Amino acid sequence: MKRIVILGGGTGGTLTANRLRRVLPADETSIVVVDQDDVHVYQPGLLFVPFGLTHPDDITRSRRRQLHRDIECRTSPVDRVDLDADTVHLADGATLPYDVLVVATGASLAPEETEGLTGPGWMEKVFTFYTPDGASALAERLTFFPGGRLVVNVVEMPIKCPVAPLEFCFLADWYFQELGIRDRVQLTYVTPLDGAFTKPVASAALGGMLEARGIELVTEFNTGSVDGEGGRLVSWDDREVPFDLAVVVPVHNGAAYVANSPGLGDELGFVPTDEHTLQSKARPNIFAIGDAAALPISKAGSVTHFEGEVLVENIQRFLAGRSLDASYDGHANCFIETGFQKAMLIDFNYETEPLPGHYPGRHGLPLLKESRLNHLGKLLFQSFYWHSLLPGHDLPGISSAMPAQGKDRPRADQKEARAS
Amino acid sequence: MTTTTLAGMEIELDDEGFIVDPERWTEAMAADLARHEGIDPLTDRHWQVVRFMRCEYEAKGSGPTVRVLGKTSGVSVKELYQLFPRGPAKIAAKIAGIPKPRGCI
Ligand SMILES: Cc1cc2nc3c(=O)[nH]c(=O)nc-3n(C[C@H](O)[C@H](O)[C@H](O)COP(=O)(O)OP(=O)(O)OC[C@H]3O[C@@H](n4cnc5c(N)ncnc54)[C@H](O)[C@@H]3O)c2cc1C
Repeated sequence: MKRIVILGGGTGGTLTANRLRRVLPADETSIVVVDQDDVHVYQPGLLFVPFGLTHPDDITRSRRRQLHRDIECRTSPVDRVDLDADTVHLADGATLPYDVLVVATGASLAPEETEGLTGPGWMEKVFTFYTPDGASALAERLTFFPGGRLVVNVVEMPIKCPVAPLEFCFLADWYFQELGIRDRVQLTYVTPLDGAFTKPVASAALGGMLEARGIELVTEFNTGSVDGEGGRLVSWDDREVPFDLAVVVPVHNGAAYVANSPGLGDELGFVPTDEHTLQSKARPNIFAIGDAAALPISKAGSVTHFEGEVLVENIQRFLAGRSLDASYDGHANCFIETGFQKAMLIDFNYETEPLPGHYPGRHGLPLLKESRLNHLGKLLFQSFYWHSLLPGHDLPGISSAMPAQGKDRPRADQKEARAS
Repeated sequence: MTTTTLAGMEIELDDEGFIVDPERWTEAMAADLARHEGIDPLTDRHWQVVRFMRCEYEAKGSGPTVRVLGKTSGVSVKELYQLFPRGPAKIAAKIAGIPKPRGCI
């Protein structure tokens, strides 16, 4: 009997377990999923909570119920992994030996790492929408917001879903217009990046959208401390941005047990992983998926989904002693909600930045362009998440590899012009 | 792309002033690169960070972010900003002759 242990029962752990269960007979391979709780949150839904468009109860389900019945579930925090003994130690004292380990414990928020962030004013004037509690508290605060300076700040990269804070700005612009008080709200987006986003074509498009909505953009701002009482973000180089209400995305680390497991993770607790096979660099029998992996691509559910296919293939190959399939190309896509029932879609990978065109082919959803169709796509995604993505069903026309057709590539001369 | 003279060698820089080919960098070029960034002279503390960046890049293929530098280089984030006021990760990478840190996407 081979033993596969999967740490984390979120997006990546769940879809990997279900896909593996379908291809590996239960009498030859056991699959165990460990998570610290039984509360599976559809995280993209958190963006809509502050604006009263959804409620945490409507985006939450039992973790266990998302897993095939021939998968064993354990509810306990992971304490550490002993890489030399191929054994996981749980906080409840149990030990789980493994033949293959999958690290799918995502990213955790560390607001306490930023001076003052969780001090006076936290959850009163300073919020985050990255947790269900934070998103709910912010919803209440926004209902009673009389107007003033609302600042949205990303403390440092990497963060989950790097477009979510921009979407928050777009939705806030819509929300205050609906309330009829947009003229009394000053919206500011404060980022450590040198533009609205990292990749040039998308950064220019998104920067233009902020400007068109009268949202101020402050770049290369590395938040050193947050003064909740005084209402100021202060950067390491002593610049200040004043606020009446701050919405902050705190720094992210890997799961805490990674630091307790010598050899597993990097300085931030993410697991160094081969970009194309998803095998960890720590040990050949350890793999990583989703936000937990240190890879040069966005931490996003779509990435986790596309990685899943390659990961499951490679776990089978590893167990059979065959060479791994190096085919994960960094494929990512994100719907970007832009307010007024519209959204934009971007699609990219390690090599190709987000470009205009259509996805997954010429007649698909418009890329890098606001449309109602994309907004519907974003809304339908929740149902797709519970009913297709987590159970691990393939969707016709949607493949792990990024489709090249449908994209409008800049001509060489335009590229030159842009670069200069 | 521009070509400039660093420590007596013709070196290609990209539009943001990063050395195009990190292999061609030598320690002798660091002082010239630092002067372009308004840093003169390069102290031992600067060098500690520059050498650390170089090692990290050689080991991992990309330079560390400010937070990782603060945790691992032996220089605190506060001091990093005193040494390289306009952005430690980016400026130190430039002086160390390595590509702009990928940040994250
Ligand atoms: C506000 C917001 C909006 C987002 N919007 C989008 C979007 O529009 N599109 C998109 O593609 N992605 C989006 N994402 C990102 C997406 O949700 C994540 O990238 C995805 O869920 C990652 O999956 P994962 O399996 O790596 O991690 P998760 O799904 O977070 O799962 C990690 C699991 O590990 C468990 N765990 C952690 N530590 C331990 C421990 N010590 N012991 C036991 N268990 C542990 C946790 O309980 C959790 O269940 C968004 C995220 C946020 C926060």
